[in-house]
Amino acid sequence: MTPGLWELVLKGVWVTIQLLVCSALLAAAVSFVVGVARTHRLWIVRFLAGFYTEVFRGTSALVMIFWVFFVLPPAFGWQLVPLWAGTLALGLTYGAYGSEIVRGALTAVDPAQKEGGIALSFTPWQRMRLILLPQAVPEMIPPFSNLLIELLKGTALVSVMGMGDLAFSGNLVRLALQESAEIYTYILLIYFVIAFLLTRVMRGLEKKLKAGVGKAPAGKTKAAEPVVVEAVR
Amino acid sequence: MNWDWSAVSDFMPDFRAGLLVTLQILVLGSLISFVLGLVWALLMRVPTRWVTWPVGAVTEFVRNTPLLVQLFFLFYVLPEWGLTFSALATGVFAIGLHYSTYTMQVYRAGIEAVPAGQWEAATALNLPLRRTWTAVILPQAVRRVVPALGNYVIAMLKDTPLLMAITVLEMLGHARLFSQENFRFTEPLTVIGVAFIVISYLASLALRALERRLVH
Repeated sequence: MTPGLWELVLKGVWVTIQLLVCSALLAAAVSFVVGVARTHRLWIVRFLAGFYTEVFRGTSALVMIFWVFFVLPPAFGWQLVPLWAGTLALGLTYGAYGSEIVRGALTAVDPAQKEGGIALSFTPWQRMRLILLPQAVPEMIPPFSNLLIELLKGTALVSVMGMGDLAFSGNLVRLALQESAEIYTYILLIYFVIAFLLTRVMRGLEKKLKAGVGKAPAGKTKAAEPVVVEAVR
Repeated sequence: MNWDWSAVSDFMPDFRAGLLVTLQILVLGSLISFVLGLVWALLMRVPTRWVTWPVGAVTEFVRNTPLLVQLFFLFYVLPEWGLTFSALATGVFAIGLHYSTYTMQVYRAGIEAVPAGQWEAATALNLPLRRTWTAVILPQAVRRVVPALGNYVIAMLKDTPLLMAITVLEMLGHARLFSQENFRFTEPLTVIGVAFIVISYLASLALRALERRLVH
């Protein structure tokens, strides 16, 4: 590995991180909008949101990327910059997965909380913003953390379209060196380090948000269960 | 938007060939992931950290890195080590290995959910360790986790197009080839997109039915 090739890899890391941040933001926006819409009181809103989720969860992320790159431009007469095309495809797909997390966490909030909001004559928007979301969001963080790792792994897909992300730079280095074991090991390690850092950040975020609504972070109760089985065995 | 139905019918033979390969990958990959996942889950219960640490580290690594790069790794590195497999075999193994790190967690949860009384009963009956696992624990654990395993089969279906990147001609590979030969992208890509939605929707319906039967 020469310094020039390392520079290529670093550029790939930068593109991957850009893509990760942009598509994570889009996916978060989509998940909240669609997830909240799935708890709406009008059936048509619930139906449309459910339809969106089924369609985007049902298809493959890679097929979606191909679709955005090849079908959208002739159909609508404009072409997106690769970064935005990748962001759009990944954000919409992973947003559909995220909307299920948001919906699950919202329905898991104690119904008495919502009734309390009605009794205090809060508007639906105030109930959502002041009562439901502050309690639901900390519960969403662990599944969102898993989804973020899946999204990081998903960003590698754009390399198939020739976008210069980390996986793509790995292919370039392989072609340059005519040797694959070393570079692919490095690429896998870099992905692993990014994933590890992301889980750390998300865990910190969960702790902070849980403290905000007066809940102790989970973990102690969780660890107790396997111990029982272990002792018996 | 110009939609041409004749392109759709031209694509049909290729589509069927691709669908067959996709389902083949799915079935073989699922089998590998079910077996390998169980092996990982059992190894994680061996009471020495000389086994659990390496297994835990390797599976954690495989789970947190992209399947696409793992495919490239196996496809390009194994031949360098003198092991040559077909692209399809490499892809099936890679996808099975990747998902085994997920099914491993499912099995673990299933094994932990078996009530402690079952272990105690097996001890009281003086069952050897092997019989305890095969006759008492695993039948109960596996029954519980079938729906969760099914979810990963559906997830795996949606990852099969990645094998296109290592030259396997499954649905997306055929669609891409057809598009480049005929210069029509809209129809084949939409057809396979819809096919994925339909297959995964049917699979999730079947899974829900299976879940209901297992509960009763």
